[in-house]
Amino acid sequence: MSSITGHSVTDELPHDDGRPPLDADKAGTGRLGDRIFGGLATGSGIFVIALVTLVGVFLIAQAVPSLLNNNANFLTSREWVPSGTDPRFGIVDLLWATVVTSIIAMLIAVPLGVSVALFITQYAPSWLSRPAAALVDLLAAVPSIVYGFWGLKVAGDYFQPVAKFTDTVLGWLPFFEWGGRPSAKSTLAFAGIILAIMILPIVTAISREVFSQVPTAHKEGALALGATKWEMIRTAVLPFGKPGVISAAMLGLGRALGETLAVTLLLSALNPSAPFSFSIFGGGETFASRIANDAGEFDSPQKTGAYIAAGLVLFILTFIVNAAARVVIERRKAFTE
Amino acid sequence: MSTLTTVDDATAPQTRVDGSFGGKSSGRAFKDQLARVVMWTAFFVALIPLVWILAATFVKGGRMLLDIDWWTVSQSGITARREGGGAVHAIQGTLIQAGVTALISVPIGVLTAVYLVEYGRGRLAKAVSFMVDILTGIPSIVAGLFIYALWVTTFNFQRVGFAVCLALTMLMIPTVVRSTEEMLKLVPNELREASYALGVPKWKTIMKVVVPTAFSGIVTGILLGLARVMGETAPLIILGPYTPVIATNLFDGLMPTLPTMIYQNYPESLQPSVDRTWGAALTLILIIFILNLLGRFIGRFSKVRS
Repeated sequence: MSSITGHSVTDELPHDDGRPPLDADKAGTGRLGDRIFGGLATGSGIFVIALVTLVGVFLIAQAVPSLLNNNANFLTSREWVPSGTDPRFGIVDLLWATVVTSIIAMLIAVPLGVSVALFITQYAPSWLSRPAAALVDLLAAVPSIVYGFWGLKVAGDYFQPVAKFTDTVLGWLPFFEWGGRPSAKSTLAFAGIILAIMILPIVTAISREVFSQVPTAHKEGALALGATKWEMIRTAVLPFGKPGVISAAMLGLGRALGETLAVTLLLSALNPSAPFSFSIFGGGETFASRIANDAGEFDSPQKTGAYIAAGLVLFILTFIVNAAARVVIERRKAFTE
Repeated sequence: MSTLTTVDDATAPQTRVDGSFGGKSSGRAFKDQLARVVMWTAFFVALIPLVWILAATFVKGGRMLLDIDWWTVSQSGITARREGGGAVHAIQGTLIQAGVTALISVPIGVLTAVYLVEYGRGRLAKAVSFMVDILTGIPSIVAGLFIYALWVTTFNFQRVGFAVCLALTMLMIPTVVRSTEEMLKLVPNELREASYALGVPKWKTIMKVVVPTAFSGIVTGILLGLARVMGETAPLIILGPYTPVIATNLFDGLMPTLPTMIYQNYPESLQPSVDRTWGAALTLILIIFILNLLGRFIGRFSKVRS
């Protein structure tokens, strides 16, 4: 599972005598075979570095000319007219839709995922915990586009009454206003719910992993002091797992931010002249869905550059979130080892 | 430290002078039961979407897959209004692209993992590991955009199947690196040392001892990674638009795949087309699940375990 948490052997602490971990050998013989193989391995490593650098350089190089031609403020404008003699484009709407859907997804997936992880590690009878974990993992195997299609054709219709009810009860708040348009399944709220289902497996997997590492002594100590099972979880399991849960939430958020197809299929794009709305029962487009929706129209470098600029912002956003997750994991490691 | 204090807090109610001295107060017992119910419910709630999606795709798409045409002919000449036609063009495209993606990313990914575990120390290794992390986090649509910027905007090539493979490779490399790394780490150091003691050079030790020991685990990682990229759609709609005919040339013309077949037809409301879209969704899910199960099955025979 640490393929998910991104924990690598190079990050492990050195031995007591300062030797790096897993370094039993200075066994390279300097013979041809060793030089070739070692060279290939190192070359692959360098290739990965080059690839990521190239991604950054390329995206920036292609985004900058378009950004320089942009007659609107990229960060604060709501317009999106990336081509022509007067290109004007900004990301406010995209940022709003992306952040709102992802936060809704987090608000649902994190508590649910943590509960499921607690169920699997603490509550499930032993015959059930492995299959239960496998079933939740299967959710990750369903392709994004199938989620979108299912949401659009099947699940979305059941969201209509939910939206209606929320509008009746909470509609006086600008966040929950819903005028019946767009249809409930095309709103940010519903896209967020679908995203929640999609990030549930990753949140569950990482939480499960940390919860299963809680030292038995902590748990038995709590129980011996008379704690009920829930009190044991609250006092021993959750505090120990907290950094893991935080990083699970961040990695889930990173996934949700960049998720494309499900959102593209569901969200209905706003009319360019529509006024800005704070409601989660409104339409919109995320960074990813705007790029996907217009994928057929990258005809001029100016236009392509505008979309690449949007992609770059998304890249930076997910990078920050993932890096934050990693920092949390690192700090926990320093603490537990 | 904080753990200890909270334990104190939690047990404090026991010493309250309200008659509930010793044993569980009804409030605590109730909370405990409530938590139990919440956890069980959470699990079943999490299963609802899985069961619902699978049931919906099987019910709506199952019929299509029973038709032999589905596996033998393409959608060439079939309009949304007409029934019939198959998905062999899209299935082929998905399998070809996945195969080529695996061919490119497996050597790079496995070698990078070998570098990280067996060779890499110091700054370069840290840098490689960090870059693999970034690669893991790259949204698939950004990977697609990058290949577009490289392949189409810079080199002026056409949008072809191979460009899709390149984008998918970017998504597959990090999963292969991480899972292989994990498996190589589990190979006991004694095996390496025994091999060195016999005078076997390092590269042969890696090729003949370390990698074979971890082999089934590595294969599992590869299959799971492959299953993941097969369902990717975002880079495909930028780089590999759909076409309803059979196309097997990766370097010339558009190449249809199952995800793009769904994407192309999802706005359609005519029943024959909707049925076919469900069929394509079911086929894709089945292929991915089979790969997944195969991967997990092979993983069971792993010689090294955590």
